[in-house]
Amino acid sequence: MLDPRVIRTLEEIVGKENITTHPTDMLCYSYDATQQSFLPDVVIFPADTQQISLIMKLANVEDVPVYPRGAGSGFTGGSLPISGGIVLVTSRIDRILEIDEENLVARVQPGVVTEQFQQAVEKLGLFYPPDPASLKFSTLGGNAAECAGGPRCVKYGVTKDYIMGLEVVTPQGDIIRTGGATMKGVVGYDLTKLMVGSEGTLGIMTELIIKLLPLPEAKKTMLIMFDSIDGAAQAVSAIIRGKIIPTTLEFMDAATIECVRKATDLDVPATAKAVLIVEVDGEAQMLDRHTARISEIVKPLGVVETRIAETPAQSEELWKVRRSVSASLRNVNPDKFNEDICVPRSKVPDMIRRVDEISQRYTIPIVNFGHAGDGNIHVNIMVDRKKEGELEKAEDAIKEVFAAALELGGTMSGEHGVGNTKAPYIPMELDPAAVAYMQTIKNALDPKNILNPGKILLEQPIELA
Amino acid sequence: MSEHKNSGRHKTLEDFRQQIDACVKCGACQAQCAVYKSLKRESTVARGKVAIADALLDKQTPVDERFVLDMSQCLLCGSCHDKCPNLVPTDEIVMAARREIAARQGLSTFGKALTGVIKRPKLMNLLAKSGGRLEKLIFRKVPEHSGLRLRFPVPFIARDRYLPEITPKPFRERVPEYIPARSDNDSKPLSAFFTGCMINFTYPQIGEALVKIFRFLDLPLWIPAEQGCCGLPAHAAGDAATVDQLADANVSAFGARKVDTVITACASCNAGIGKHYRAMGDECAELGDQVEDVLVFLVRQGLVEKLRSLPRTESTTRVTYHDPCHLRTQGITAEPRALLKATPGVEFVEMEGADRCCGLGGTFSVYHYDTSRSIGARKADGIKSSAAELVASACPGCIMQLQDSINHAGLKQHACHVLELIARTLPAQENE
Repeated sequence: MLDPRVIRTLEEIVGKENITTHPTDMLCYSYDATQQSFLPDVVIFPADTQQISLIMKLANVEDVPVYPRGAGSGFTGGSLPISGGIVLVTSRIDRILEIDEENLVARVQPGVVTEQFQQAVEKLGLFYPPDPASLKFSTLGGNAAECAGGPRCVKYGVTKDYIMGLEVVTPQGDIIRTGGATMKGVVGYDLTKLMVGSEGTLGIMTELIIKLLPLPEAKKTMLIMFDSIDGAAQAVSAIIRGKIIPTTLEFMDAATIECVRKATDLDVPATAKAVLIVEVDGEAQMLDRHTARISEIVKPLGVVETRIAETPAQSEELWKVRRSVSASLRNVNPDKFNEDICVPRSKVPDMIRRVDEISQRYTIPIVNFGHAGDGNIHVNIMVDRKKEGELEKAEDAIKEVFAAALELGGTMSGEHGVGNTKAPYIPMELDPAAVAYMQTIKNALDPKNILNPGKILLEQPIELA
Repeated sequence: MSEHKNSGRHKTLEDFRQQIDACVKCGACQAQCAVYKSLKRESTVARGKVAIADALLDKQTPVDERFVLDMSQCLLCGSCHDKCPNLVPTDEIVMAARREIAARQGLSTFGKALTGVIKRPKLMNLLAKSGGRLEKLIFRKVPEHSGLRLRFPVPFIARDRYLPEITPKPFRERVPEYIPARSDNDSKPLSAFFTGCMINFTYPQIGEALVKIFRFLDLPLWIPAEQGCCGLPAHAAGDAATVDQLADANVSAFGARKVDTVITACASCNAGIGKHYRAMGDECAELGDQVEDVLVFLVRQGLVEKLRSLPRTESTTRVTYHDPCHLRTQGITAEPRALLKATPGVEFVEMEGADRCCGLGGTFSVYHYDTSRSIGARKADGIKSSAAELVASACPGCIMQLQDSINHAGLKQHACHVLELIARTLPAQENE
């Protein structure tokens, strides 16, 4: 329980109507997309940077943890109040401050929903490429904190490639600016890159300076079915080797196709064991050449059928195949652990084989789909939480999946982050010296471990010699 | 756990346990919920409401004022259900929670007065005739936009007022109960028209437009005199007993003749006697199964082609369309647009956010007018930037709310039903 005196001070900072301790609200801010639940003591909705600064200063004096939260849609528990305390929601700090068409730069507040920002810049013929599956509801602040990815990253890169500068409230309540609106800038450490992907452990972003691109004139979608997973995987490498970087190179394995086939009336022949959805963008007259070239490249790799969309409606039909995946998985088992390992592109077939082997050994269905173009595979371990022993079995299987990805030169998370769910596995990927380096940074900036404790690094900080 | 005694035709909150468990808190509902977008609090969005309902089932939260408030913060539009990856029916869960509240606390928590009035059409008739006292309670006056009469080439506004006032002569008193086909051919499919309260009492011109279109298509129409309210407001108020009573009355009224289709021209009534009756089983479900939105019916009858073959007018009016949630969530979005595009004198334009809820939500706007207005204001932004002169829709409730939003935004547009736009362009038929 928080001291009522602290609550009163918080009330003075944000105003009575922007703070709540009602049990119903504590329940409603206890969860995210991980299905974990931790009750906070208080939820607060600050209006600006100054208020956040005051909150952090108070939290340091009173020794109360603070957890920044955007849309609460994370997959690794990044926003969860795992030791109680203050949940700080950015929903009121949600304005697009500026879209500078001359410099292709925008300034936004962290609570802006990603899709709304994309729509606003696209109206001006500009483009913000990162497209996490949650873009209709997740926020730019959350995307930056987790360094979100998405299908388009194969060509355009991830969130960190678009964040040029930040305004940040530090764990101790100072307000700093990092980076800036210039294309070049080498003065001092690159704190922008340090902040992006730090999952709200090193500071609270209160303003983001974002790089924009010109909006591609047109795009074209194709769906290619292969008779084997190897064919599809080789196709990915072959397309890239052919000097074409598609906007997206999405992949679905046989188990995924089976799910989709059962759940919908999608017409995918039984001989198709893997599917690639390829999209190219750019000048309209180039696109037909690109799709023709891709068709030619993949031809010898066991293609069952190729469909090329000629209209936006047809393109939408092809994407529907990919979009129906998530919902259809429930037919396999009610609960899923969605891990987002990433391996070098060329290792995708090896990774799928490893996962299949793990799936068989543990007798747990595992469905793979995702961003083959950048080797980022969503490994969905399908379980029924209600069945005894299933969770433990799943946890062991997950550990083996991570180990396999690491052995193949990959990482255990391409875009979801570490949060609290993957924090225990950190030593599998990072050597002790690297962990100590990170812990040193965290300790120096947040000596009382106030800001989002227990995320990335374990709740009990590692004692440094 | 439910202490609610009802006919067994309505699910209790406990019955939804499995669907409640299916919510994985992914947060996708945040993109759909108009109330959440306005208030930005987790307790207003679907996953929050599901968490709260879950807590009630587990006796972790009481049925107190806060619970009532949380369950009232829902437009029952069903958009979250439609776009939920696991298809959790939060709108139905909220209705079940409201029934739970009504059963435990008595009706006063959920708009007792309104339910009481709507369940008895005779009383409403009387109120309407005795000077529209109810109108002052429920509806806001909408100023008349006489300038529009000049703008629309076919005399759209004509001489009748386009205001949501309660009419002294309800629609069902204006037309015979059975209107035969012009060509007197018994082999034509027979439709029964479920008018709903708003068309009957406040927008009779929508019903009259429908009658005119049926004459044009040479189709017979039956408008059962004994029909009443669909029961959706009672549903929303958690008043299961009233829903049962109204549903039984409608089953009996529509059972008097064998028909091919029961049509509605109000999206909310379509859900009221369609989706909700189907969930009630037995005879209600049989009636529910026959229900079809009139625009879908008209497209099936080839009206698009027939409209295309009518002579074009020289000048046109820019018209945009608002998707009522109760049609959009059934996937009915193409038919209204196809009809508008085919209608002479109409230049169809899409507006931004056409699929966004208008913010009425039945009684929601009565209890949460500020939120309702702020949702409506977003709608008005889309209307303004579309540069349309008219906003067509397919639900009298939406039309009322759209007009309200337009007026508050200081815009000049007029909201109307798709049927009205079609009817005005049709040549007069014999016997009219």
